[in-house]
Amino acid sequence: MARVPVAEGIFTWPSDEPRLIGSRCGACGIVTFPSQGSCPRCAATEMAEHLLARRGRLWAWTTQEFPPPSPPYAGPTGAAFVPYGVGYVELADGVRVETRLTETEGLENGIEMELVLVPFRTDADGNEVVTFAFRPVGAGGSHA
Amino acid sequence: MDVAIIGVGLHPFGRFGDRTGIDMGAIAIRSALADAGVTWRDIQFAFAGSYEIDNPDAVVALLGLTGIPFTNVYNGCATAASVLALAADTIRLGEYDLGLAVGMDKHLPGAFSSDPRLYACPSWYGELGHFLTPKFFGMKINKYMHDHGISARTLARVAAKNYRNGALNPNAFRRKPLSEEEILGSRMLNHPLTQYMFCSPDEGAAAVVVCRADRAHRYTDKPIYLRASVVRTRRLGAFEVHSPWLPIEETAGPTVDASRAAFERAGIGPGDVDVVQLQDTDAGAEVIHLAENGFCADGEQEALVAEGELEIGGRLPVNTDGGLIANGEPIGASGLRQIHEVVLQLRGRAGDRQVPGEPKVGYTQLYGAPGVAGVSILSV
Repeated sequence: MARVPVAEGIFTWPSDEPRLIGSRCGACGIVTFPSQGSCPRCAATEMAEHLLARRGRLWAWTTQEFPPPSPPYAGPTGAAFVPYGVGYVELADGVRVETRLTETEGLENGIEMELVLVPFRTDADGNEVVTFAFRPVGAGGSHA
Repeated sequence: MDVAIIGVGLHPFGRFGDRTGIDMGAIAIRSALADAGVTWRDIQFAFAGSYEIDNPDAVVALLGLTGIPFTNVYNGCATAASVLALAADTIRLGEYDLGLAVGMDKHLPGAFSSDPRLYACPSWYGELGHFLTPKFFGMKINKYMHDHGISARTLARVAAKNYRNGALNPNAFRRKPLSEEEILGSRMLNHPLTQYMFCSPDEGAAAVVVCRADRAHRYTDKPIYLRASVVRTRRLGAFEVHSPWLPIEETAGPTVDASRAAFERAGIGPGDVDVVQLQDTDAGAEVIHLAENGFCADGEQEALVAEGELEIGGRLPVNTDGGLIANGEPIGASGLRQIHEVVLQLRGRAGDRQVPGEPKVGYTQLYGAPGVAGVSILSV
């Protein structure tokens, strides 16, 4: 069974130390995630790829305790659905990234979080689809 | 050119089996025409809002093919506010005397779903489950509670108030009062929001007849004046639904922008408002929107709610018809349902839920995906 990323170009893959792939505006310096071709602030078209910091602080969070409607949601549903956390993590690059959280308990605004890759679903070819997520630093466990 | 509302009509909100959205729209329009004392042939132009119905102007097949300019509008959760703003602006242009704004929708149960690419979001964002509005509202109120000291009890009190008001409203979807304990004890959907703190998509229609203010007395002895109708969209830095990322720099959201512009245009302030309809997609949204619309400072909601100030008999009655929590959200109609309620209140004809003391100024606010807000201010 192969492991494949949920999408190309949103995190470095394969990688022992994965990084999210954003972009930075050459004109005004704003950082976006994912990368985009023009600047949402100054409208310049000088965006360059920018690898985001692996750690940051939790800025806002909630829990997702019911399966989102499918489509577009492609993850486990019914008895296989497991509630997960969702939040924004503020990275040192000056960007807040919306992300799955590995935990639903012990979440507090301001706690330190780190990027991990976690199994998301199994696709039709039997591949394990992997996504990015953030977990509290020190929560331990290997999700990747 | 000032704008008056001379007629309002509603098809009840809820679930109506095989009845189509267009049928509901026609019923709401006939009700508004009768309320205004005019006929369909008197209407010179119309705007119609809907999410599910591509061509709500097809309602002319049921009303009469009179050839008037009739424009369809979809503008996210601010669709109905946009319909009213466009109808009012058309009167203000001076070419027409009498027009119609109507909204109608018929949604399937469950959270709204769509292809994220249609909202300029990547496919993976939807595949992962992020393209979903309830969890945004969960995050926003959870952060707001943390930053401003709002309790889960306050969310339950707001929802209980809206169910209680809905029980007084014969047109409401949810007409059964629920206790704070039942609301807090219902299934957790997106922490801290439980099932009974959320509104649901449903079905319904509402219509408003607008008129040149200087001719309104031909039709009614109590015209209600539309003092402002403003729509705004998000700016960079606002904390908005369907945002894969946010910049560190923070900006006020579109509700704040629309509210400030509407108060400025109307020449009045929040302290002048007697009855308020706010977008309560969930109980937390009503709490946040109280501050975003200028009715209190951040954090003051805890005391306002505990002291009953938002009740029909309170100092600032909010969502007197039960709001979205008791009426559900047929997107095209939702904002015109708010206008319907405010017009009844300002006429003194809201029955069991009438705000005492002859309210003179009313306020309505819509907010939602993809980061759009609409505010209207009405007065006698």
